[in-house]
Amino acid sequence: MNVDWPWPWLPRNIDDIAEATGEHLYLALLPVLFGLLVSIPLGWAASRWPIARGILVPLAGVLYTIPSLALITLVPLLLGTKIIDPLNVQVPLAIYTIALLVRSVSDALIAVPGDVTAAATAVGYKPARQFLTVELPLAIPVIVAGLRVATVSAMSLASVGALIGIGGLGGLITEGFKRNNAVEMVVAIALIVIIALVIDALLLLTGRVITPWTRARQRTAVKS
Amino acid sequence: MIEFQAVTKKYPDGTVAVDSLDLTVDDGKITVFVGPSGCGKTTSLRMINRMIDPTGGTILLDGKDIRESDPPLLRRGIGYVIQHAGLFPHRTVLDNVATVPLLTGTGKREARQKAGELLELVGLDSGFAKRYPAQLSGGQQQRVGVARALAADPPVLLMDEPFSAVDPIVRDDLQQQLLRLQSELDKTIVFVTHDIDEAIKLGDRVAVFRVGGRLAQYDTPSALLAKPADGFVSSFVGRDRGYRALGFLTANGVPVGPIATVKVGEQAGSLDGDWAVAVDADNKPLGWVSKQSAQNGEVSADNLVSGGSLFEVDSAAGGTSGSLRNALDAALSSPSAVGIAVDAGGAVVGGVTADTVLAALADARRSGEVPT
Repeated sequence: MNVDWPWPWLPRNIDDIAEATGEHLYLALLPVLFGLLVSIPLGWAASRWPIARGILVPLAGVLYTIPSLALITLVPLLLGTKIIDPLNVQVPLAIYTIALLVRSVSDALIAVPGDVTAAATAVGYKPARQFLTVELPLAIPVIVAGLRVATVSAMSLASVGALIGIGGLGGLITEGFKRNNAVEMVVAIALIVIIALVIDALLLLTGRVITPWTRARQRTAVKS
Repeated sequence: MIEFQAVTKKYPDGTVAVDSLDLTVDDGKITVFVGPSGCGKTTSLRMINRMIDPTGGTILLDGKDIRESDPPLLRRGIGYVIQHAGLFPHRTVLDNVATVPLLTGTGKREARQKAGELLELVGLDSGFAKRYPAQLSGGQQQRVGVARALAADPPVLLMDEPFSAVDPIVRDDLQQQLLRLQSELDKTIVFVTHDIDEAIKLGDRVAVFRVGGRLAQYDTPSALLAKPADGFVSSFVGRDRGYRALGFLTANGVPVGPIATVKVGEQAGSLDGDWAVAVDADNKPLGWVSKQSAQNGEVSADNLVSGGSLFEVDSAAGGTSGSLRNALDAALSSPSAVGIAVDAGGAVVGGVTADTVLAALADARRSGEVPT
């Protein structure tokens, strides 16, 4: 095997690759962030009122089953956006993120022990502060787990945008396919996988750093 | 002072949790609400800090209708200890205790310093401050729960079955600690339990609830044992209430007789009678030994028969500090039928027998000390 095979294509196109990578991150991560911010109030509603949960959780399940290609081609028709607007990819990705996270957030909030919330009420927390400083922090481990799935899947789904001409690294894949350039395709796929893994690791690490109490539990055996 | 005036809690499905409750909780005393499941004792407690709002009647706190107070602000002035402690798992022990001072706007440094003092007060050393609740035993968590409730120095403390989830030895420790704290702090404490023994041990007054949320009897523990108001109370108070009532009579009249002792390391052959108390160098009891158990060898920690409970007499002051119940139990639980009497330092001073306890009880009855 000739180990030099990506050369000389790679150095010659490094600027294009960097631009495509930046575009890919913008296409994939912005919707995840937006989806997270929307999922927290929706998940809170679902954890608080059984009726809200009965509507939101099945709806999220249904939304997640819509094929990405279908959603990406439908969005311009529904939103009236131009055919190459990045929103055509970002809106579907935000929908998938919300579909995943509403359930995570609501499950995580439901799992906060009843005696902890009762104690918070009993010592005199007002509802908003209780949610932000007691319930939400305790939900972090489960939310981060959901967020990792949502992020990795958004990184991969963003490539589908290439089929309607909204590039990112997916654009390199379709371009390589058209030009019969295996190097271009492999480099793009490898970058998507590597970046997804790096972001996943960062989320895992951040989640651990901001929840020191979960590790304290593992370090010390709980005596009853 | 907390006053319940015709307080009723009826749920939409028609269940009546509390039915026209009239009751006054005295300042600086421990008032215990006790009763079987579904008797409305916890509902009544939670109505005091508006965790539950009554559907009828009025609750006055120091003469003021609690409905006039904003619930979160009302609650910050009322300490609350919950079953399983309900500590915040994501905060260190110190920050758990500092919760209410921080809510009321005390600076972080001052709140933590106060929290450190409270941990000491409930018997936890400063090494616990930086730990998380999951790293503590159930009993330690409950101590932190008590410290958290006391942090803002509220005059009123509500305790909702706080010690029911820990093992009996730890529970006994926590109960003793509560009584010790109360003797220093003089809080107005409302304590909910389903355990009548706990109610009698801790309460200055005990309110017995019956199913359906009605107050069956509200009395001092000794009056409750001596004169239960009706069949429900007498059956709830239990079969051996006569025995437990002995706990309210001091054992002053019980003579402390001689008792045979033998030091560990001596030969069992020197024993005169059947049984002797094996003691250490400080004359503290280690257990019982007989010629049989020691097989005429040397008395050692290995061949002792474990002893019963100890009856503490305060010989220096000339009186006794134990109750008739302590004295009788010491005699009944001893393998030799002689209960070991010890002084305040734990050293053996003599023995008591069951018949002398019963004689002392008969004397107490004659002199009218026993309510009949």
